[in-house]
Amino acid sequence: MSATAATFAKAHKRDRRHVEAWTGGYRAYDLVKELVVAVAVVVVLTAILAALFSSPDDQPVTIARWARADAKDFTTAALSELNGTSEIAQYGPPYNSTAGAAQKIGPISLQTIPGVRIPIDTANDLVLTPLRSVAGDNPDLQTALSQYTSASPQQQAAWTDAYGKALDSATVSGGQLQVPPGDYGPVAVIMADELALARSGGLDGALLATKQFYQTDYTKPILFISAGSYFEDQASARNLLGEQWGMMNETGNWPGQPWLWLYTFWYQVPPFATSGNADALIWGIMIVLSVILILVPFIPGVRSIPKWIPIYKLVWRDYYKGLADRTG
Amino acid sequence: MSVEAKQKAQWSARVRESAEKNLPPSQLLPDEQPVYVHSWIYVFGVLTIAAFGVVLVSGLWLSLKGPTWWHTSSIGLFVNSLHLWSAELFFFFMVIHLWGKFWMAAWRGNRSMTWVTGSVAFLASIGTAFTGYLSQQNFASQWIASEGKDGLNAAGIGAFFNVLNFGQMLMWHIVLMPLVVGALIVIHVLLVRKHGVVPPYPLEGQTEFDTGPETVVDVKPPSGGEGGAS
Repeated sequence: MSATAATFAKAHKRDRRHVEAWTGGYRAYDLVKELVVAVAVVVVLTAILAALFSSPDDQPVTIARWARADAKDFTTAALSELNGTSEIAQYGPPYNSTAGAAQKIGPISLQTIPGVRIPIDTANDLVLTPLRSVAGDNPDLQTALSQYTSASPQQQAAWTDAYGKALDSATVSGGQLQVPPGDYGPVAVIMADELALARSGGLDGALLATKQFYQTDYTKPILFISAGSYFEDQASARNLLGEQWGMMNETGNWPGQPWLWLYTFWYQVPPFATSGNADALIWGIMIVLSVILILVPFIPGVRSIPKWIPIYKLVWRDYYKGLADRTG
Repeated sequence: MSVEAKQKAQWSARVRESAEKNLPPSQLLPDEQPVYVHSWIYVFGVLTIAAFGVVLVSGLWLSLKGPTWWHTSSIGLFVNSLHLWSAELFFFFMVIHLWGKFWMAAWRGNRSMTWVTGSVAFLASIGTAFTGYLSQQNFASQWIASEGKDGLNAAGIGAFFNVLNFGQMLMWHIVLMPLVVGALIVIHVLLVRKHGVVPPYPLEGQTEFDTGPETVVDVKPPSGGEGGAS
């Protein structure tokens, strides 16, 4: 055993002897009264804070609201879901199996271990299937969907690429997207009907639809909404972006989750601020730090920090003063 | 086997005897504390418990009318505000309590599990609050879900704990996590009762505990435990 380790062991042994058997004095202490007073104080304090400051409740973004507010941004996002270039289309597990997309800690990718457990096929789930559900009385849309799905991947890419380039010079008039003429195949019809479905509110419902009547899973709508810049602009205006300490904040001037400060801190500093593996690395760090927190009593050195920085003398100053007075 | 031996072998008898041995009523709810329990830092444990109680009651109140009530009712908004601010106070008190116990090295003297249960309760509380923010059904919920999913997915957790699934997050927030945090708090407090409040660090050269005569109401050897505040 090294000299340092021996010192730690000796100090720890002395501490154990001292704290296991308290042989000093006691004084009256009413725990029940303390609890009742504490509850009363917290109730009053909470009621005052609630009455003075209330709580935030910013309206959620719906797909309908997004499509009505920014038709061009919505169509750009929908096109990226259709041609598989969106962030979610190339995300990797748990949504799909895009090669090389999963984050890693060194050679280890925890993201790939569970596999694809929430499968999302962006073209079908977010564009084609919702449109099929409303194509019954729309022959043009039926034809467009049939033409698109039966075309080769190369042909599909040629149509969507052309449409994507044309979107740069598209204009919005009366809520409708005006795209310059071009060789877009069925994509122009598909995108126009996707926008119309979104503006009507139908796409919000279609993305929730399953075999069940009641729905609680908003995975598809939120993933779709997050593909547009409209959603991010709304968050930026509320100081919620990652570089603004992200989800630790709350909308408006309300306190959010300040207890997440250490987690969001890492996203602000290099190398994590620019790393493609930031999420995996930061989660790795936080797991290690959490384990250290839990195991503080068992970690030599860490458990001795309170002895080296004697803040305890402030806590027990009356006790120590009494000792000093009697021992001279 | 004699009747007495049979009774002693009973599981019920063993549980009762263990409870009587480890947590007799006078130790479970003592009316006195060691003289060194004399600082404002000691009230933050009980304040944390009090705030947890207000969080639970306001949460139960919200659950009476369902998750959408507070968006459409002024009373509901006030109850939601009670829930928010009591949660903020809960964390405020708990963090001060945690730091206080760290600087007192409160794990000394076979109190390691008291620290472990407290720190796990702190981490579980963060998870509980996180699922609460995800259950608000407003813009903050959407954004936190959208941002939070990436970290959880990168850690391999998102495949099972889907922050975009409102139903799953609501159930975790109002059932699973409160049970976990509540159970941890109960175990934590029972451990505090069993082992008592950690005594001060001994000063250099000090070999026996001593106390100021002006505060002593009783000096006695420990009998099965030392009592203590939370």
